[in-house]
Amino acid sequence: MTKRQKRMFAVAALVAGVSLAAVLGFTAFRKNMMYFYTPSDLLSGSLPAGAALQLGGLVERGSVKRGEGLLIEFVMADCSNQVPVRYEGVLPDLFREGQGVVATGHMDANHVFVASRILAKHDENYVPPNVAKSITTADGKHTCAPFKSVTAASS
Amino acid sequence: MWTWFHQLASPPTFYRFAEVLAPWLFGTSVMLLAVGLYGGLYVAPPDYQQGDAFRIIYVHVPAAALSLSVYTIMAVAGAIALIWRMKLAEVAVVAAAPVGASFTALALVTGMLWGKPMWGAYWVWDARLTSELVLLFLYVGVIGLNQSYADPRAGARACAWLALVGVVNVPIVHYSVTWWNSLHQGSTILSAEGMRNPKISGDMLWPLLLCLAGFYLFFGGVLLRRMQNEVLWRERNARWAQQAVAA
Repeated sequence: MTKRQKRMFAVAALVAGVSLAAVLGFTAFRKNMMYFYTPSDLLSGSLPAGAALQLGGLVERGSVKRGEGLLIEFVMADCSNQVPVRYEGVLPDLFREGQGVVATGHMDANHVFVASRILAKHDENYVPPNVAKSITTADGKHTCAPFKSVTAASS
Repeated sequence: MWTWFHQLASPPTFYRFAEVLAPWLFGTSVMLLAVGLYGGLYVAPPDYQQGDAFRIIYVHVPAAALSLSVYTIMAVAGAIALIWRMKLAEVAVVAAAPVGASFTALALVTGMLWGKPMWGAYWVWDARLTSELVLLFLYVGVIGLNQSYADPRAGARACAWLALVGVVNVPIVHYSVTWWNSLHQGSTILSAEGMRNPKISGDMLWPLLLCLAGFYLFFGGVLLRRMQNEVLWRERNARWAQQAVAA
């Protein structure tokens, strides 16, 4: 092997080694890379009861009920499950029915998710208002695909 | 073809070549950006959800795209510098780092300014934002490493190794929104589904593509100018460099 071939080999080995380490590391810690759990994760019972966590899903259409002051109640859904959410505070501009949100909070004894903070999770669609209809699904919802189950995939 | 390529790799030829090419890159970039920004800020309709706030994509998306592309270019130049000991590739690694760091910082800052009104938070530790911040640290690491060497050639080779180690982060940044749950939205243009069925309307897309092209050409011009400076400094005792400065 010439010196140049040795250097070529060293560079290839470095990139391959670092990539392999990254793949192994991120596969092992997949759960920790997730920014939020989904309603399905929460209802599967595999998470500690009442634990503080972040829950992500779509705001179910027609489920938003505004109470006194800043109190708001709505249903958060992923592709298969739903969780009722209660929150008191300021909502981000993009909070809409049918849009994604991420709520920080915990499940209380009555199986309602009590949120202390709500962030809007915007989707990747950019369209003017008059063509917005074409990107929603038949039942008027946005796609639920961006909400990946944490517990199902890691088991 | 190969002889031309070998000649271009010699610092004096590169210097003269860049001297001619750089103004063209800057000129075209300014024209593309002028049309692209006009199209993005005045012609494109407001978004159905975000209204006018979506217009940050005309700066944020090109800056973020460049932050990844520049790092990839740096890593490729690093591999060439390490394997073939090509001087010009070493110069490219060192010259590209501060430009890439600036694009990364711009992407982070514009994203934060958009995030506060839209998401409700300047910053969250999700996979996309965190990996992009790691990218900024990698750039800063390359800059710092280069400065810590007295011998510029040894410094550039150390930077090349770091660039190669860090290149693993580039696919992580890009696919972070696909592999994991994140607050940041998924890819609009560069995704298999987005290619089949566009997720952005045409009158919003063309200004974005012009801005992207403008940013890339601007980077090309800046890189050539920075490489010229670096080459002049490294060859400051050579006669051609002294003549180039005197001219």
